[in-house]
Amino acid sequence: MKVRTPLSATAMEPDEGGRYGVYGGRYAPETLMAPLEELSRCYDRLRRKRTFQRRLNHLLEHYVGRPTPLYFAERLTEHLGGARIYLKREDLLHTGAHKINNALGQVLLAKEMGKTRIIAETGAGQHGVATATAAALLGLDCVVYMGEEDMRRQRLNVYRMQLLGAEVAPVDAGSQTLKDAINEAFRDWVASFADTHYVLGTVTGPEPYPRMVRQFHSVIGAEARRQLRRLAGTPDPDVAVACVGGGSNAMGLFSAFLDRPDVLLIGVEAGGRGPELGDHAARFSGGTLGVLHGARTLVLQDEEGQVVGTHSVSAGLDYPAVGPEHVFLHEHGQIEFTSATDQEAIEGFHLLSATEGILPALESAHAIAEVMRRAPEMEPDRVILVNLSGRGDKDVESVLEYDAASGGRVSVRRPSGRHSGSASGDGDAE
Amino acid sequence: MSSRRKRPSRNGGIAASFAACRKQRRSAFIPFLVAGDPSLEATPDLLRALVAGGADVIELGVAFSDPIADGPTIQRGSHRALAAGSSLSAVLGIVERHREELGVPIVLFTYYNPVHARGVGTFAAQAADSGVDGVLCVDLPPDEGLRELQPALEERGLDSIYLIAATSTRERIDRAAAASNGFVYYTARSDVTGEREDLIPTLAREVKRVRRRVRLPVAVGFGISTPRQVEEVAKVAHGVVVGSALVRLVEENAVEPDLAARLERRVGELTAPLRG
Repeated sequence: MKVRTPLSATAMEPDEGGRYGVYGGRYAPETLMAPLEELSRCYDRLRRKRTFQRRLNHLLEHYVGRPTPLYFAERLTEHLGGARIYLKREDLLHTGAHKINNALGQVLLAKEMGKTRIIAETGAGQHGVATATAAALLGLDCVVYMGEEDMRRQRLNVYRMQLLGAEVAPVDAGSQTLKDAINEAFRDWVASFADTHYVLGTVTGPEPYPRMVRQFHSVIGAEARRQLRRLAGTPDPDVAVACVGGGSNAMGLFSAFLDRPDVLLIGVEAGGRGPELGDHAARFSGGTLGVLHGARTLVLQDEEGQVVGTHSVSAGLDYPAVGPEHVFLHEHGQIEFTSATDQEAIEGFHLLSATEGILPALESAHAIAEVMRRAPEMEPDRVILVNLSGRGDKDVESVLEYDAASGGRVSVRRPSGRHSGSASGDGDAE
Repeated sequence: MSSRRKRPSRNGGIAASFAACRKQRRSAFIPFLVAGDPSLEATPDLLRALVAGGADVIELGVAFSDPIADGPTIQRGSHRALAAGSSLSAVLGIVERHREELGVPIVLFTYYNPVHARGVGTFAAQAADSGVDGVLCVDLPPDEGLRELQPALEERGLDSIYLIAATSTRERIDRAAAASNGFVYYTARSDVTGEREDLIPTLAREVKRVRRRVRLPVAVGFGISTPRQVEEVAKVAHGVVVGSALVRLVEENAVEPDLAARLERRVGELTAPLRG
């Protein structure tokens, strides 16, 4: 069943300036242009170097825990009564999310480049924790910029980073979330690039970040194909679903299927509280073409070109722009985008917890929400592959607060054969 | 380098201003303010104060929600301006109403997104009509600017000014020099904007490195805040840019009724060494 016409491999490659069609590029202050050029050169040299790849692969296997399992979610499948659902278990990686694939790759690269200090931004804290971990492992200093609002939402991750020896620098500018943390990390880097590498955590930013971050995560999709062939008898699912903040876990998964015409690729954005500008982070429905953080891409902004605030229950999706390659691939019919509201994501969180004993990160719960909509509409011989990009331990407090605010009554359809009725979001249920 | 102007400026634009300074054997003084800081109503008076104090060219900052290349002082200035309702439209309106009266060239100092959101063609037409002389986009290096914004600016006879940084390779200096018209802006510190205690001792050497490769006037900025520093920089540069120090003065005196007079006095002190 052909669902799309893939682009040729060359049409999908960014040009020398990091442009995917009219998206991407390198919109950076002049001070950073030479450091970015150097980064592109070093990355291109190292990614072809066997010793570098061997070292990275060794760490990914023995330290990070790759390959991650592909898991057939039988009870979730049964409950939704449609397509067979497979979860790519990035939540089982060391530090609890896919972010470590990229963080470790970049910190290893920084070490090879002779840098002694690492900086990063973080939203949910997962990228910050992953970067702090890689920096600890490789013996480099680490500063993580984090919005004060996010520090409040994710205080356990703040302490985790501190335990790992990183300094967490609070950012009180603007909305005090991910975008402001990125602003601050760029400001640091403008002054510090001589000895510092900026580990940008998603597939946006100026060239080479989008392609570099994608490459470090492409292991996700490559593994999933191999595993699906064994488990489901076909390497290609009918549908592949991933949540999209900046879009790194989605690019990691989708990259393996871009040349497969029969795989429908679906990115799920944060629908937040609703469709009003400022209440969500759904760039594909509310965004317009803009330039933010070094890339030309879809941005949530007003008509004067000022970036507007976003909202999502999940800090990792709470970002006003999206990776430029996603916009390019969407424009060419390769990826469909949809969104899940806070409420739907919370329902996904509860459902996966209750049916499979897996607490998903609230980011990943947006992908589960899409599966809840889609699987029942599909035949039982169809296959849905979901990137379970992170685990939900960090979000238990947020879910507790959400449930308390909504009267402790998030309705979750329980699997038949078990006790029926609405699952209360009792905080002590865990 | 086109010179088709929508509106003749009294002293003939940026190149003419630098030429006039050269004739007087001095460097140009180029102050920076964020338009709309502390309020849109106050801005025309502050611009007049800059001119009265001795400005040769004005860099007028367009506030942006995500100023990644600015230090805390200008970030706060941008924030105040946005809170006061400033926007690219408002800035163009101010230039439209006051450019002729001010009589000195105005360079819009902006991030690219507000310009991009308007559409480069529309922006260039409106900027030219309102009397803007040149445009500097902090996050639009010539690599991107030559493809997008610059053709539209040239079409309207507006100057494109690009940054050169301490990190810029010879190749990048050449690229910025070839792309710029009016002048090039050398950022004296590998840092975000802000005031410094001392200027780097190697500054003279650095500026000479740039001047050797650039035929246009070279203005130097980032971190200059005292008359003594103005004097030092003026020895090696065709233009001296002062930003954060003035934005800080506006911040500290925002509620004072004589804010404009204080600004004029300060600019007068800063330009005194240039008048010899």
